[in-house]
Amino acid sequence: MREGSEGRGMTGIGARGAREARVSFPSALKRILLRIRRHWQLYMVIAVPTAFLIIFNYIPMAGVQIAFRDYSPIGGIWHSPWIGMQEFQFFFQSPYFQPLIQNTLTLSLYALLVGTPATIILAVALNEVTNATFRRTVQMVTYAPYFISTVVLVGMMFIILSPSSGLISQIYGFFGAPAPNLLASPTAFPSLYVWSGIWQETGYGAVIYLAALANVNLDLYEAARVDGASRWQKILHIDLPAIKPTVIILTILAVGNLMGIGFEKAYLLQNPLNLSTSEIIPTYVYKNGLLDDNFSFAAAVGLFNSGVNFVLILIVNFVARRVSDTSLF
Amino acid sequence: MRSTATIRESRGDRLFLIGIYIFLSIVLIAIAYPLIFVVSSSFSSYQAVRAGQVWLWPVGLSLDGYRAVFDDPQVMTGYFNSAFYTFFGTLLSVTLTVMMAYPLSLKDFLGRRFFIWMLLFAMIFSGGLIPFYLVVKSLGMIDTRWALIVPGALGIFQVLLAKTFFQATIPTELYEAAQIDRCSDIGFLLRVVIPLSKPIIAVLVLLYAVGQWNSYFNALIFLNSESLYPLQLVLRSLLILGDQQGSAQVVSPEQLQRFEAMSTLLKYSLIVVASVPVLFLYPLAQRYFVKGVMLGSLKE
Repeated sequence: MREGSEGRGMTGIGARGAREARVSFPSALKRILLRIRRHWQLYMVIAVPTAFLIIFNYIPMAGVQIAFRDYSPIGGIWHSPWIGMQEFQFFFQSPYFQPLIQNTLTLSLYALLVGTPATIILAVALNEVTNATFRRTVQMVTYAPYFISTVVLVGMMFIILSPSSGLISQIYGFFGAPAPNLLASPTAFPSLYVWSGIWQETGYGAVIYLAALANVNLDLYEAARVDGASRWQKILHIDLPAIKPTVIILTILAVGNLMGIGFEKAYLLQNPLNLSTSEIIPTYVYKNGLLDDNFSFAAAVGLFNSGVNFVLILIVNFVARRVSDTSLF
Repeated sequence: MRSTATIRESRGDRLFLIGIYIFLSIVLIAIAYPLIFVVSSSFSSYQAVRAGQVWLWPVGLSLDGYRAVFDDPQVMTGYFNSAFYTFFGTLLSVTLTVMMAYPLSLKDFLGRRFFIWMLLFAMIFSGGLIPFYLVVKSLGMIDTRWALIVPGALGIFQVLLAKTFFQATIPTELYEAAQIDRCSDIGFLLRVVIPLSKPIIAVLVLLYAVGQWNSYFNALIFLNSESLYPLQLVLRSLLILGDQQGSAQVVSPEQLQRFEAMSTLLKYSLIVVASVPVLFLYPLAQRYFVKGVMLGSLKE
């Protein structure tokens, strides 16, 4: 039986298992069928979304076998001839392998290392503010960019950073200097990518921490004040421990997703001039697979990426559970 | 003597608080300025925009940019298409999410663990872009409106969010009472659970609708016909790939300059027009978003 053991330890499951072992097989089966029949409507209800889950998540998972086959339009995913690890070997030996991994990891680590502290600082600072109007204004404005689409965000970056007509040319022109073309610079790309993300997502991220801070027992602050703690000490000893579990969960998710960085923004910011730092695995898969019809090779690169990501998330989750009792699953 | 008021703040604390206010004011300006600049530019005249005179407020107030946006048939088609995808996509997504989340919120639903693991596994492992594309292709959805509504309809994160909400807010006693009254499971879902779940449905609508309105990836990979393009793909070609179709017909340098300035102005207006529908969801966001995000701690 799967149900009914939540919140109980191993003993609960064990005792239950022993009790069920004594029941003869046909009657146990009958009981299960009876329970299913009593709730048959629920199974009808859940069958519909489950079909979507199977068709669009699980069949593609089975479809990764195309990475080990030589795709032909006639054979498709299921009947093209097997070629084994050939596409993987080709990828590992290609000159793109190392830069792709490097670019992908640079962007996600940079975003994680700047993004997490920025979000925590904003949330803790907001939590100190006592003036309700100021607090609401800052919150409303800081999380507005979250609702802007990636295309609009990148469009804004293009017009603001345009060296000939953008705001940046206005500013440089004010000091009598020509504006640099940041959009075509491989060295500027990671910073553009990460800081535009900070601009867009910090306010939204802070909402989660603020929610955790709102749940702190007020007695703690009261006790700290009686003990003569300064504001800074209260932040260190009450606020930061209060958001620690949330920080850990979000960091697990982020580290587990180090290789799962999004396609949308990187692809829009890409141009031939900054490709040496802006080409990441998802854009490479898209171009090779869907633009050049190299399905098997692109599927192999994608599978390598999913595989690394999967292992990463399991490792981080395991470590987090060991170190701090907080884990995702 | 007893001190009646609160313990006085030390000087260090007051300075610290002032520092926080200054810091947050800088953050506020840094985030708001690009938005204000774009909106102000969109209401300025093209001469002012071209000469770089706009810093904070509109210069030479004009609606030329907006006129150009609404005269563009491509933009209007995109607008209509995005509204269509957002409406039907959200409807399907929210329905599927509730259908999946509700049974999983019942402790005595046999097979609950199995379904939850199915969701979690799909969340941390995926087949990748190519098999996903090939599956959609084999269903004959390429270059049809279905491709933007059906394949990405079920959001796993949203299912887990809704499941947590149902578990936390629908009292078990209510369910037991309904069972005694011989209320069917579907009847209970429709007549009791859904009316009690307006906050989570609002959050789901918000998440799916904003996601659908703002995304361009599925349209990029699945659509070829421009008549089906959602607004974001139209925006991509106008804002990012550059608009080259008009420049061929332009003759004189003055005309060319005017054209370039107009296309810059059009970009500012386009950004505003494309983001306005999402702003309508903003009040909803203010009310329910924090609640939804708080529920988002996935741990069971």
